[in-house]
Amino acid sequence: MTMKARTNEPIFWSLFGAGGVVVAFVLPMLILLTGIAYPLGWLPEEAFSYDRMMAVAANPFGKLFIFIVISLTLWHGVHRIFLSLHDFGIEKRNWQRWLLYGFSAICTVVTAVLLLVLPVQP
Amino acid sequence: MSAPNSYVRPMKGWWLKHPFYLKYMIRESSALFVTVYALILLRGLWCLVEGPDAYAGWLEALTNPGLIAFHFLAMLLAAYHTGTWFAVSPKVVPHIYIGESRIPDAFITRIQYVIAIVCYLVLLVLVAGV
Amino acid sequence: MADEKIIQFEVLRYRPEQDAEPVWQSYEVPFTDDMSVLQGLQYIKDNLDGSLSYRWSCRMAICGSCGMMVNDTPSLSCQTFLRDIYPEKVRVQALTHFPIERDLVIDLSDFVEKLESITPWIVPKEPRSLEDGEYLQTPKQLAQIEQFSSCINCMLCYAACPQYGLNNHFTGPGILALLHRYNADSRDGARNKRMEIVNSEDGVWGCTLVGYCSVVCPKDVDPANAVNRNKINSTMDFFTHFFRSEGDSK
Repeated sequence: MTMKARTNEPIFWSLFGAGGVVVAFVLPMLILLTGIAYPLGWLPEEAFSYDRMMAVAANPFGKLFIFIVISLTLWHGVHRIFLSLHDFGIEKRNWQRWLLYGFSAICTVVTAVLLLVLPVQP
Repeated sequence: MSAPNSYVRPMKGWWLKHPFYLKYMIRESSALFVTVYALILLRGLWCLVEGPDAYAGWLEALTNPGLIAFHFLAMLLAAYHTGTWFAVSPKVVPHIYIGESRIPDAFITRIQYVIAIVCYLVLLVLVAGV
Repeated sequence: MADEKIIQFEVLRYRPEQDAEPVWQSYEVPFTDDMSVLQGLQYIKDNLDGSLSYRWSCRMAICGSCGMMVNDTPSLSCQTFLRDIYPEKVRVQALTHFPIERDLVIDLSDFVEKLESITPWIVPKEPRSLEDGEYLQTPKQLAQIEQFSSCINCMLCYAACPQYGLNNHFTGPGILALLHRYNADSRDGARNKRMEIVNSEDGVWGCTLVGYCSVVCPKDVDPANAVNRNKINSTMDFFTHFFRSEGDSK
């Protein structure tokens, strides 16, 4: 009997799951705020002002929040996009994994670097 | 052991053949939208690091009607994801017992809605209550 | 009879010796309110067209033989009633995602092979003799497995599962539910052996939680739960298997 190879998918599924929690509990409201309410002027000017955002990003918890929202949402989305390719009849291939997970990995690093470049103030 | 001359029906268009499948595909389509949204946020973070002018440019770009329309659709799909995520999460965990009685799946779904609404309100107050 | 009702059947026929492709054939079936789709097919075979082929046995939803697509929904034909469909047509075809062998009869050899591959029996944790007596199991231990042991191998969940349809290497909902039934049994000791199947790309990881399998299951086995809770088990196994002494799952 040929041995079945263990897949690495648990790693990406874990990230997908964590991201799914973030998307479910944060994104509907966050999208409303940043993408609809603020551009339409329904919120105070200071809500997403440069100074306020710099203050949030200077705070360690602020950095963590921004990092989690951006990075985990990407890991979640990218994993689902990978699976959706299969839903459309495209066979799962490693190049798809390298492309998609590589993309989210690069974006995660970029996000981390950007947040670390910004000053820290408790 | 397979039957010779058996007929294999094609899978093309499978998700159009039943409403359950169509709803699944709509659920999965939310992934593309939230990915793009995360990239929009990443762009915002990039502009924030570049400086006040760049960041102002990002805020300005968000007022584009096409982008607002995108966010509206993304918000609807994210909300749909939320609903389906809560409905489906009891399937991902072992049965939970308090003593001898099992906690019903519906409870697990409903309690997440409660927590979600609290999270949304907290976020709203933090952002809007400047 | 004055109040005799007629319902239209449309059946996807396939006779490999004469058909290049399946073809729809219509029948008019008189029916009473107590009749099932299966009884409608039996009327067709007995009175209208003796060449129609289909599987059935118990006609009471316990043998799992009569699974087929009724109006695009995986159903047990013995448990689907004409009164609920009338006045619409009854469109019947063989269970999807399986090759059609003949008319409503599918080639289920893939399902059987997979069933055989999961060690579908209790392997004692240690050798036992008669003097050891019977296994003792608490109601709670029984509750861990009872639901998953209700499977009647009807394969409706395979017809429901698009991932199986797209890739028939996927182990699939019913077999993985049965695998879980044995892994979760307090009497069983072969969990590590079965984890090899669970941990593979065509094990639990072929599932994207469409969830339709659990909707169509006539016995409330909830295969979606059996498969997806094992994603957690598989993930824990992935991160901890280095620390295990037995080498039989890599």
